[in-house]
Amino acid sequence: MSIVSVQNISKSYWRDSLEIPVLRNISFDVPEGEFLGLMGPSGSGKTTLLNLIAGIDQPTKGSISVSNTEVTRLNESQLAKWRAQNIGFVFQFYNLLPVLTAFENVELPLLLSKLSKKDRKDHVEFALKVVRLEDRMYHYPKQLSGGQEQRVAIARAIVTDPTLLIADEPTGDLDKTSALEILNLLEQLNEEFKKTIIMVTHDPRAADKAHTIKHLDKGELT
Amino acid sequence: MRILKLIIKNMLRHKLRTMLTILGITIAVTAFGLLRTVVTAWYVGVEASSANRLITRQSVSFIFPLPLAYRERIAKLNGVERVTFANWFGGVYIDKKQFFARMAVDGETFFEVYPEMLLPKDQLDAFKQDRSGCIIGEQLVERYDLKIGDVIPIEGDIYPGRWEFTVRGIYKPRDKTTDPSNLFFQWKYLEEKMRQDWPQRAGVVGWYIIQIKDPDKAATISTQIDEFFKNSPAETKTETERAFTLGFLSMFSSIITSMNIISFVIIGIILLVLGNTMIMAARERIREYAVLKTLGFSTFHIVGLIGGESLAIAMMGGAIGISLTFPMTDSFAAAVPKGWFPVFNVEPVTLVLACSAAVLVGILAAIFPIQRTLSTKIVDGLRQIG
Amino acid sequence: MWTRRLTTALTITGIALVVFVFAAVLMMAYGIQKTLIDTGSDDNVVILRKAATSEITSIIQLDQANVVKTLPLVAKMADGKPLLSKEIIVIINLPYSTKVGGFGNISVRGITSEGMQLRPQLKIVQGRMFQWGTQEIIVGANIHQRFQGTGVGEKIKFGGDQWTIVGWFDAGGNGFDSEVWGDEIQLGQAFGYTGAFSSILLRLERQNSFNDFKSEFDKDLRLQTLDVKREKVFYAEQSEDMATFIRILGIAVTVIFSLGAMIGAMITMYAAVSNRTVEIGTLRALGFRRRNILGAFLVESLMLSFIGGFTGLLLASFLQFFKISMINFGSFAELAFNFSLSPSIIINSLIFSILMGIIGGFLPSVRASRLNIVNALRSS
Repeated sequence: MSIVSVQNISKSYWRDSLEIPVLRNISFDVPEGEFLGLMGPSGSGKTTLLNLIAGIDQPTKGSISVSNTEVTRLNESQLAKWRAQNIGFVFQFYNLLPVLTAFENVELPLLLSKLSKKDRKDHVEFALKVVRLEDRMYHYPKQLSGGQEQRVAIARAIVTDPTLLIADEPTGDLDKTSALEILNLLEQLNEEFKKTIIMVTHDPRAADKAHTIKHLDKGELT
Repeated sequence: MRILKLIIKNMLRHKLRTMLTILGITIAVTAFGLLRTVVTAWYVGVEASSANRLITRQSVSFIFPLPLAYRERIAKLNGVERVTFANWFGGVYIDKKQFFARMAVDGETFFEVYPEMLLPKDQLDAFKQDRSGCIIGEQLVERYDLKIGDVIPIEGDIYPGRWEFTVRGIYKPRDKTTDPSNLFFQWKYLEEKMRQDWPQRAGVVGWYIIQIKDPDKAATISTQIDEFFKNSPAETKTETERAFTLGFLSMFSSIITSMNIISFVIIGIILLVLGNTMIMAARERIREYAVLKTLGFSTFHIVGLIGGESLAIAMMGGAIGISLTFPMTDSFAAAVPKGWFPVFNVEPVTLVLACSAAVLVGILAAIFPIQRTLSTKIVDGLRQIG
Repeated sequence: MWTRRLTTALTITGIALVVFVFAAVLMMAYGIQKTLIDTGSDDNVVILRKAATSEITSIIQLDQANVVKTLPLVAKMADGKPLLSKEIIVIINLPYSTKVGGFGNISVRGITSEGMQLRPQLKIVQGRMFQWGTQEIIVGANIHQRFQGTGVGEKIKFGGDQWTIVGWFDAGGNGFDSEVWGDEIQLGQAFGYTGAFSSILLRLERQNSFNDFKSEFDKDLRLQTLDVKREKVFYAEQSEDMATFIRILGIAVTVIFSLGAMIGAMITMYAAVSNRTVEIGTLRALGFRRRNILGAFLVESLMLSFIGGFTGLLLASFLQFFKISMINFGSFAELAFNFSLSPSIIINSLIFSILMGIIGGFLPSVRASRLNIVNALRSS
């Protein structure tokens, strides 16, 4: 069954009256439990495509459905709610809030739910255990290494048990060892926990971990 | 952890900046409180007016006196309970810088018309019996270390010569708005001296104070009095005590208006300082807000974060500022020449205004950063370098 | 970047505001004093009752006035009579012309022909001078703006009679411009002032003879209850209370404002420093010393505050076009005056703004200069 269905998606930017197309008429499906890698040169539109699927950007044309919800038809506030429940996003630069501890950062998405404090605590501890960082729960981001920060970010992404995990160059800012750790973690999430993952990457080792690779060039699937 | 915790943690990010902002707001709120207190002190006389009293004075201006003979005719009018009168004496006590009201009054009736000046009966009787006696307010006792039996020498100006009055009584103010710094002596005494030295100036009073039974009849009685004396050599103008006092204040309207304007400017400054800080804070956190939005936090939440922080800082500054207003007004009262503001209290309305100002500023200062943050697209926000 | 410009603009605005208020207050106090001090000539001398704080509360008897006439050093007119004017001042109420309503106090001066001679700067700007011996009056040009019913040809009722305004006068922008003048004898009769006056104004024969005149005056026992002052000194004293009040209130307010503005400046400067740590580190690495950095930031802070101060001062200078009228504590009557700018006010305002810049910018500049080079370069 397809979790994600991308149909005839196009996205352009306008500089004055000049149209700059970034994505041209892209269509594909992503089955449940897939580990998809999106690759391509800089400027090929991979991140843009990812953003569209995650619901943080709107296409110029076409539609995207995730688990039978037509994401492209939702308005801002509906999208916010939808994202909270369905998407876990992992960024290249981790994007943890510096004023919050690892625990509090992971707890953030849960604040949007109706869970009690105790339930939230359980979820957070579990997520941190999965990424093997329970011993640093109360550390601040500046006290963690890059790899550790990214693991917290992943914990944050999975704590709500989302439908889809979206990763934008998750290893882009990490050294070789940490990068490998992260990739193994993603693999574990996909195989053990059956998470569907869509990942944009440059890294050939990351490409190895993915099951399917799609290439984008100048806004088109090749 | 709830949103509140995030707000507090955000505030603690730049402790110095947050503290400076709070300090700025505190100072401005204190200034606001001080200024408002000066304005309300000005209006104290209006608050002290009684609805049961009318003032009748010469219509040309109050420096012209009214004949004593008017009293009987006024007293006969329907609805008039009692008529008393006073003359402004002025003069100099010690030196020209000692400000307090000095008046000659009708000993028999004056203190009945002004019950808010609490005077023990034995002191009032002693006063009535001593021609050259005087009654002083308790603030004068403190200021000049006086007691009953002391002789107060005053160099007259309007009524030239050296005058001496013996303190026979000390009145306490009943209300917060009652002026506790007046000096009253017997009109009889003044009249005697005038008959001796300046006979053409005898037989007149400065103004009448009329106690009426029913405040609703004030307008009718006022008109009656003025009609009665129309076309006589000394025409009258009668109005409620409140209107009379307001009339005085209208002469100071420029000063009062300026102070009100300055109060608003103060609020503007608070806004600038807080707005400045909130804008800087918002700019630093654009990427974080984009991340929060990605995680699913809605407009409502973002508004709450920014607005909440702004309000928290504003309220803290406001609270400290308000508590500092009290010692501030005390120092101001001590620095200003005694007698300028005999009654100088921080009114509840001032506190309410200061609070509201802080809240309002907290909200307004957040508007621009909120608008900016909301209008930034998630994808653009994520691209920002922090 | 929108934030940098905005926060800089806000800081400058804050300082401009403070300097504006500072200058405005000083201009107001100076305006009052200037107006009153201009009232009066160097050679004129005023005589009042000893304890009197103003002409309203002063009473001089006719016989005393006659004694003064005989004193030496009093200037003489062409016909040999002393150049001395016995004048009466009373206060009347006139309704304000604004919608706010209420009545204001106006000084009415009963003047003599000698009095007119003693004030040569007076010009009739509309209508004509009143005829002596009649119930005609002239009105200071400032009065017309504030009060109803004061046009040429209109009548005012007081003292049991109607008085016709036949002209407006301009006494040169001083206290007299807020008065009403009429024939002293007529006014005296109307108000029942027989044999008594409020004040005496006279001119001395020679300049610099005031001290001699005063000693003659003080010697005479019949004049014991009276006091003699230079006219200018008298008016200066009249303005003292008002000017002092405005200064105290104004400066208190300004000081408080300035603290607010300095804090705003400080916050902005701290932000500027933290945004430019890499820059600072680079400069230090290139060889610039700590004090160069300190100096650079201090200069920047000073520039901001100077611009703010200049702007505030510029705006305040426009206030000179406005006339205010309010009650003068000294005379208890309306006084109209302009905001007046003086060189010392300009200098003080600019110094004040520079001070704000120094104090507000000092600590952040010190922090900038103390940054550790390596850490600064590393930060991004």
